[in-house]
Amino acid sequence: MGQMSGAQMVCEAIIAEGVTTVFGYPGGAIMHVYDEIYKQEGFEHILNRHEQASVHAADGYARATGEVGVAMVTSGPGFTNAVTGLATAYMDSIPLVVISGQVPLSLIGTDGFQEIDAVGISRPCTKHNFLVRTLEELPRVLKEAFYIARSGRPGPVLVDVPKDITVDIGEFIYPDSVDIPTYKPTYKGNKKQIEKAVEAIKSAKKPLLYIGGGVVLSNAYELVRELAEKTQIPAVETLMARGVMGAKNPLLLGMLGMHGNYSSNMAMSETDLVISLGARFDDRVTGKLSEFAKYADIIHVDIDAANIGKLVDVDYPIVGDITEVLQAMLPQLDDVDTDRYEAWRNILNRYDELHPQSYVDSDEVIKPQWAIERIGELIGEDAIITSDVGQHQMWAAQHYPFDRPRQWINSGGLGTMGFGFPAALGVKRAFPEKTVVNVTGDGSILMNMQELVTAAEYKIPVINMILNNHFLGMVRQWQTFFYEKRYSETDLSFQPNFKALAEACGGIGYDVTTKAEFDAAIKDAIKQDKVCFMNVQTNRFEDVLPMVPSGGALFNMMLPQTTKGDA
Amino acid sequence: MKTNVNERRVISVIVMNESSVLSRITSLFAARGYNIESLTVAPIPDSDMSHITIATKGSSRLMEQVTKQLHKLIPVYKVIEHEEMVEKEMVLAKFPIAENLADISVLSAAYNGGVVNVGTEMIIVMVADEPKRVKHFIEAAQRYNPCEIVRGGVVAIER
Ligand SMILES: Cc1ncc(C[n+]2csc(CCOP(=O)(O)OP(=O)(O)O)c2C)c(N)n1
Ligand SMILES: [Mg+2]
Repeated sequence: MGQMSGAQMVCEAIIAEGVTTVFGYPGGAIMHVYDEIYKQEGFEHILNRHEQASVHAADGYARATGEVGVAMVTSGPGFTNAVTGLATAYMDSIPLVVISGQVPLSLIGTDGFQEIDAVGISRPCTKHNFLVRTLEELPRVLKEAFYIARSGRPGPVLVDVPKDITVDIGEFIYPDSVDIPTYKPTYKGNKKQIEKAVEAIKSAKKPLLYIGGGVVLSNAYELVRELAEKTQIPAVETLMARGVMGAKNPLLLGMLGMHGNYSSNMAMSETDLVISLGARFDDRVTGKLSEFAKYADIIHVDIDAANIGKLVDVDYPIVGDITEVLQAMLPQLDDVDTDRYEAWRNILNRYDELHPQSYVDSDEVIKPQWAIERIGELIGEDAIITSDVGQHQMWAAQHYPFDRPRQWINSGGLGTMGFGFPAALGVKRAFPEKTVVNVTGDGSILMNMQELVTAAEYKIPVINMILNNHFLGMVRQWQTFFYEKRYSETDLSFQPNFKALAEACGGIGYDVTTKAEFDAAIKDAIKQDKVCFMNVQTNRFEDVLPMVPSGGALFNMMLPQTTKGDA
Repeated sequence: MKTNVNERRVISVIVMNESSVLSRITSLFAARGYNIESLTVAPIPDSDMSHITIATKGSSRLMEQVTKQLHKLIPVYKVIEHEEMVEKEMVLAKFPIAENLADISVLSAAYNGGVVNVGTEMIIVMVADEPKRVKHFIEAAQRYNPCEIVRGGVVAIER
């Protein structure tokens, strides 16, 4: 390609990687790159109104497409604003490349203007990071950044580029392959271990598929469905895996964990063989570890060896990509006796009848669960749902009929309020023909509300459905249960005028207090080409149930009132 | 069979020579709450790799995690959890010249070392031995009022 500046190399690499949209925010140290962005036509740049939002938007784009998302920020405050975005992506293993400007090499270490140790700060929240030291290494570093981000267990990679390197001119040869002798992810599972796992499945009486976000990352959902179908083994999903089995799948029990449904949590408590696929035994899933899957042997398939045996002892460890492992496993299960597990399935179905996922609806006020079920009915399979963090997130995860993976996009590991709206922008950019709804709360939405301006400017019509309980509801719920109703700093009675706020920024606002208004607002919003705030007044004191109190055993659930008494 | 008690363990980490590789390793230990008892690092001759030796304490489960987490770092080539190893540590110690020099010289010879420098006011000895014996040397040296003792940290090699 010949001679060009470091700034041009950055743009050329982005184009060579097939990235169509970059989210970012300029500033002094990254200005040369922005100058090249101005001149090129290979990708679109979206100017968010805060760097955190840029990274979340790139993250939403990555989660929806499975491709690497790219964000660009300047040095110092630009970079520090991006840190929450990096950490959010890191905790959920999302492939991102974030390019940050840095002060010129000669100023590094001098406390120069807008100098901050970006690689130092981001080390614990990136899969890897680079401070580029010479122009010669820039093409290789960019190539490696994309490769590391998307290979093995994916994750965010930061490339910190000193300003003088973006000015310097040199030869650009973008490598077509990567060879990092110290980095060789394992994709193929060990044959012997897979055979042993198959034997364990065939001799189990109460096996259970425990499906995690790794299945989504590995694009393995069809194989997982095939495994369930073939063996007739029931399945539970983590928060990150919603959509893998599909809501209509009779073998899906539901979501497990702190806000899991009764049959899922009981299944995990009574199973004799956990088949863990890309799940990592997070404390929000396991509850009290010593009681978790107490009667079970454990098969653990994960691409990250460090996840295996980290929290629970594993009987059949299989390091590898779920897709490859299942491809090897499935043919060996042709002769599985599905009747073997019938008694077990019956027990679980009985649990489900006894305590279905339920709530008490109302005619006077909109119940948040009703709102979720209603959008499920109205737009269901067509929509992609993003979410913020709190009660609304859990209700969305519990009640929306997710039909496929990558249809449910939320910050599970870090639990970042403010994620949903900017992530929705990235999703909508990737899938303009889909309806994108951010299910959010009156607390969370304010944490990145400046993105109204971005969405209006670029005509990115996402629907922000604010389930407005005038509370930091999830914290309020804990205060109700565990702090004798001392509502310390969770009352959000003082509210902005959400409708006016949206309108002031070039969007549409809807005030919704009745079910009829709800339907009308959704139907109208879908047709609009503008971003909107749908301010849905819900009852204030609704709790997310079932709930396993933090640190308690999974089978000790607080259940909703509607259920038919204890099992 | 390894036990689950807080045993002392030594691991070798072979890494690419990169400017930030050491900080990646130490910050991993800090972030995950693993402790470092001693750490040495030096380039491996005729290669672009370095050898880091870390002495630490922990259960076998913890050590398994440490090893796996280290291995996940991109510039880490290999992690060796030593079981059958030869382990040595070097120590430099400085004594006032007025102390019994013959005793000091014999003592350091007994721990695989000797006198390396004599000045007008001070004498410096070096010893190199197993960590346990190094501890004994340091205890024994107290009798001669050492002004300064510098430990080098352990290096280990699998037998
Ligand atoms: C950035 C950030 N700060 C604080 C928290 C802690 N937190 C978790 S849920 C929650 C309340 C969220 O309130 P809202 O968005 O109104 O949702 P609701 O629970 O009411 O549905 C808070 C403060 C968090 N997860 N993220
Ligand atoms: Mg709220």
